[in-house]
Amino acid sequence: MSFVRRVVAIARKDLLAEWRDRESFSAMFFFAFLVLFLFNFALGGDQTLIRGASSGLLWLAFTFTSVLGLARSVQGELENDCLDGLLLYPAPREAIYLGKLLVNFTVILVVELVIFPLFAVLYNMDLWSRLPKLLLIAVPGTIGFAAAGTLLSAMTAGLKARDAMLPFLLFPLTIPLILSAVKGTEVVLRGDPFELAVPWLKLMVAFDTVILVASLLTFEYLVEE
Amino acid sequence: MIGRGLERALGILAVIGLVTGLYTGFLYAPPDAVQGEVQRIMYLHVPLILVSYFAFFVVFVTSILYLARRCERHDAIAHSSAEIGVLFTALAIAAGSIWGRPTWGTWWTWDARLTTTTILLLIFIGYLMLRALVDDPSRGATFGAVLGIIGFLDVPIIHMSVVWWRTLHQPASVLRPGPSTVAPDMQVALYTNLAAFVLLYGYFLVKRVRLEKARWELIRLRMEGAA
Amino acid sequence: MVTPDAEGRMPGPAPAVETRRLVKWYGGYPALRGIDLCVAPGEILALFGSNGAGKTTLLRILAGRVRPTAGTARVAGFEVGKGGDSARGAIGTLAHGHQLYETLTASENLAFAAAMLGLDRAGERIAQVLLRVGLKAAAGSSVRTLSSGMKRRLALAKLMLRECKVILLDEPYASLDLQATKLLEEFLMASKIGGAATILATHNLTMGFGVADRLAILRQGRLVFEGRRDETSLDAFRALFSLHGELGEVE
Repeated sequence: MSFVRRVVAIARKDLLAEWRDRESFSAMFFFAFLVLFLFNFALGGDQTLIRGASSGLLWLAFTFTSVLGLARSVQGELENDCLDGLLLYPAPREAIYLGKLLVNFTVILVVELVIFPLFAVLYNMDLWSRLPKLLLIAVPGTIGFAAAGTLLSAMTAGLKARDAMLPFLLFPLTIPLILSAVKGTEVVLRGDPFELAVPWLKLMVAFDTVILVASLLTFEYLVEE
Repeated sequence: MIGRGLERALGILAVIGLVTGLYTGFLYAPPDAVQGEVQRIMYLHVPLILVSYFAFFVVFVTSILYLARRCERHDAIAHSSAEIGVLFTALAIAAGSIWGRPTWGTWWTWDARLTTTTILLLIFIGYLMLRALVDDPSRGATFGAVLGIIGFLDVPIIHMSVVWWRTLHQPASVLRPGPSTVAPDMQVALYTNLAAFVLLYGYFLVKRVRLEKARWELIRLRMEGAA
Repeated sequence: MVTPDAEGRMPGPAPAVETRRLVKWYGGYPALRGIDLCVAPGEILALFGSNGAGKTTLLRILAGRVRPTAGTARVAGFEVGKGGDSARGAIGTLAHGHQLYETLTASENLAFAAAMLGLDRAGERIAQVLLRVGLKAAAGSSVRTLSSGMKRRLALAKLMLRECKVILLDEPYASLDLQATKLLEEFLMASKIGGAATILATHNLTMGFGVADRLAILRQGRLVFEGRRDETSLDAFRALFSLHGELGEVE
């Protein structure tokens, strides 16, 4: 019980702070929007081309955007020695990891939820009726990405080259996840039968399980000095 | 402490193995019926790939041992094995690319195994970069261990995703590298080279670990001097 | 009052803090080069030293945040780094940074701390400590809007939320006003009566000398002086400290 209480306390604290100034959310949202906007010019304004590539474009926007949020989430703890204070509380390290994961997951998912309709409007696609199925793909994809990101950002936080190192470590590791999310989204956007997305869904669940178990087992080693 | 004797023996055996490997690969084995002489790259490419996957497996095992026991020796092996693994993987991909040009007509193809191997190479280049950036050796070792474990666990998932991605869209390449239908003489050449590269890996590893130990010893001596 | 014997070890009840040949290296640089230290329950040790002497490193090791390269340390009955949550629960710290979240209000910061400490029904306790540090009126304002003195007081309030067996203070006097300094000293005296062992690292000689039972000087990772406060005077100690400071520069 006290474990859950601490997870919730961390998540509540971060989300409250995020709600107050919406600093990382607005940066992430604006960046994602810009990326989507620029795709139009990168692909020469060809609507069919864009619609064909839309699932890839969406996830490219999400992954680049998420890195911003992940980096900010640790950065906030580094100010005023907060991370040190956090680690001095009598709280299991796993609770700290899960609390941070919950925050990162929520923020990224909210950005995705805002971007989906915006994308639909920009490129004249019908996403509303497909939103439940899209979420079925987006949620496991976001869990895995946030889980790997939370773990890796704990490693790169103190480094001088952290801005470059986080994506450098995160992207190769999460390629299977990004690939699965793109493929799953593609199935939904094309209106193909959802069974075609099931293998990708299974792969994402496998990735999520492996990364979550590995993170929970190793996180305590990462934060001690 | 691994003796200098073992290091020297491994070195000599590796040289003998490589020379024999060159002989069997270039002279003993017949040219391939379809691909001709260029197929001989296989005797370099396949052993390199197999040994580099083995090297990353060693990183995985010693990383777990390091986290469990906090012994610098395990970290030294993991770090060294990762370096050799990156070197061998890069060479294997280069060799594969050279082989692919005349065989597939292209330097690069998004073949499932090639893609998986390249992703693995990227993960472990990240590993080496991270280790170079972290000043505190024990933190660097811990970060490396966590990354080494996750990176290796990721391999089957990466492989599966890439295989599905390719097979669900394009027919597999007609000509695939690999010893699926290999004549006995070719097998001799392949296994000789494999043995040679295993010995070379062993030699590099022992030498690199000794270097790492010397570095630790230097730090320890300076510690004693300062205390 | 317990006194150390010839080897610096405490007779009687187990010391609350005890280190043996504590060594810490950062890369190729030694931060601590073999520290033997003992602090009994109810005792306040003032640890003096210039910047880079190793004070912060020592406190971080004792708090369980940094693993020592060699040597052992026991804090509140636990081997450092092995006691887990029970050990962390027994230790209270005040660090260089105030460890407050700027976007949250003063009371939200304390509520978060209380939740992380596992305190039940903390609302009343939070109101109490806010009143004690004189921040009752600022309870609802976000930390960002507080002055640096008020932030220090809020950090102190966080430390006051519960009783600790061991208290580790790193430069607690930095940006504390007179009133807050008095508050800190009251808190230290109360904790002392409650049996807490305190290590106070500072380079403020006058302040540290005032509250301490024992004094220690740390220079370049070594303890170069250790003694009881009532055996020396502030002026004599000041002379000793500046002598060690000059020795440090000569080296």
